[in-house]
Amino acid sequence: MVLTVLRSLGRPALAMLRGIGAVALFAARGLTRLRPFPGRALAQQIIQIGWLSLPVVGLTALFTGAALALQIHSGGARFQASDVVPAIVAIGMVRELGPVLGGLMVAARVASSIAAEIGTMRVTEQIDALVTLSTDPLRWLVTPRLWAAILSLPILVAVGDIIGIMGGWLVGTTSLGFTSARYIADSWAYLEGWDVLSGLIKGAVFGLVVALSGCWFGMRCARGAAGVGRATTSAVVAAAVGILAANFVLTGLFFR
Amino acid sequence: MIETRDLTRSFGAKRVLAGVDLAVAPGESLCVIGQSGTGKSVLLKSILGLVPPDGGQVLWQGQPLDAARLPQFLTRFGMLFQGGALFDSLNVWQNVAFRLRQRMPDREARAIALDKLARVGLPPETADLMPAELSGGMAKRVGLARAIADDPAVIFFDEPTTGLDPIRARAIDALIRSIVTETGATAITITHDMRSVALIGDRVALLQNGRIAHIGPVAEMDSEPALAAFMGRATLVHR
Ligand SMILES: Nc1ncnc2c1ncn2[C@@H]1O[C@H](COP(=O)(O)OP(=O)(O)OP(=O)(O)O)[C@@H](O)[C@H]1O
Ligand SMILES: [Mg+2]
Repeated sequence: MVLTVLRSLGRPALAMLRGIGAVALFAARGLTRLRPFPGRALAQQIIQIGWLSLPVVGLTALFTGAALALQIHSGGARFQASDVVPAIVAIGMVRELGPVLGGLMVAARVASSIAAEIGTMRVTEQIDALVTLSTDPLRWLVTPRLWAAILSLPILVAVGDIIGIMGGWLVGTTSLGFTSARYIADSWAYLEGWDVLSGLIKGAVFGLVVALSGCWFGMRCARGAAGVGRATTSAVVAAAVGILAANFVLTGLFFR
Repeated sequence: MIETRDLTRSFGAKRVLAGVDLAVAPGESLCVIGQSGTGKSVLLKSILGLVPPDGGQVLWQGQPLDAARLPQFLTRFGMLFQGGALFDSLNVWQNVAFRLRQRMPDREARAIALDKLARVGLPPETADLMPAELSGGMAKRVGLARAIADDPAVIFFDEPTTGLDPIRARAIDALIRSIVTETGATAITITHDMRSVALIGDRVALLQNGRIAHIGPVAEMDSEPALAAFMGRATLVHR
């Protein structure tokens, strides 16, 4: 009886550990196949993953910063603390909302497209063809995407931070009665270097999470169009959950 | 010399390869026939380890073709995949010259690619098209040009003439035959077309129920009952 229970608990736990191990090994391999250096593919992927995500990340940050300013103003009014709007918008964006929302938007855009692209290549035997042409699919497909995401996300987060703070400034100066100079001065005054840096580090980790789930589910895609569909869905879900979990862990590490 | 010994592979409960024994001599052209879904493509892929076999051995030059020796084998190898398997992100000549570009400047690689495209009957204008702009038969021929681009010593062709018109199909058969004769390459060709077998093959093998049900010289295939039975079925299927 006890044994049966233990076994039924143990098997999924072991399977999960094995899965985590396999993903970690995949990531380690994908990150280190840098010779010869895939410069051109990396540049292409930075455009795909970073540059083309700018609009969606920027818009997300703008509206989030604006909404945050409104919330903090009305919430802060209860403690006669409406003045803290600029500081809290800045800290909230830079530490938390910039990286998390930016990461989630990139997860939706990029994890899906990576999984669909690599999955289609798997299904149409292009990955087999790479192998027969003496080309390592990992180095050719996975390495550039992982590094492009790791390098792009912090920049996207930085842009998102600035635009988010601008969103707060826009609302603050047009409808909450702040002067422009004071809003900007207050935003700066309370912001510390570590606030910004921690957010950028989070961005890099989220970038890895996004590209890794896209590549992992793409490479393991089952046959047929339905296989590609499932791989895409799994990649987005895994990336989103992975980002939120990683965010919790990193926040705990950085700000305890 | 490429050999398989008792090669087995199942997918779930389905036994696709149930002990395949084959030996292809250097410079020999072997045709493999068999009903759709019997495992002909799986056989080629398990020789390469792309579909890892559950059991049995693959030998190359008398030694196991394991992960350590596979890279060396692949440098002198070319394969046409059943679906073409062209890289979507590269245009036609870049696909054909994929291996060449790893060791020569683009201008030279492109010139060779154009020559190979001409050999499979594709005009130079196709060189700059993307795979998505090709018809099925054209994609197949680009895949063929890519397989032979670097003058491999061992070539696998998975249904080289399927989807081509009869005139083009015979031209491709003649091309494969001439490559084998001229370069002394070893070829394994999967086909459903008995006319191709007659033109390309030195020997023909029939894959049935996961095993080689018959293997023998092409010259004698008309008097072989096992093949006659299959051909009767094949003509029924293809009508
Ligand atoms: N990755 C896979 N997963 C599950 N089943 C597979 C896989 N690959 C092949 N099969 C099964 O193995 C069998 C043999 O497939 P294969 O593609 O080798 O057939 P074939 O002889 O090449 O047929 P055709 O002449 O139609 O190309 C099929 O029944 C197929 O469903
Ligand atoms: Mg097949």
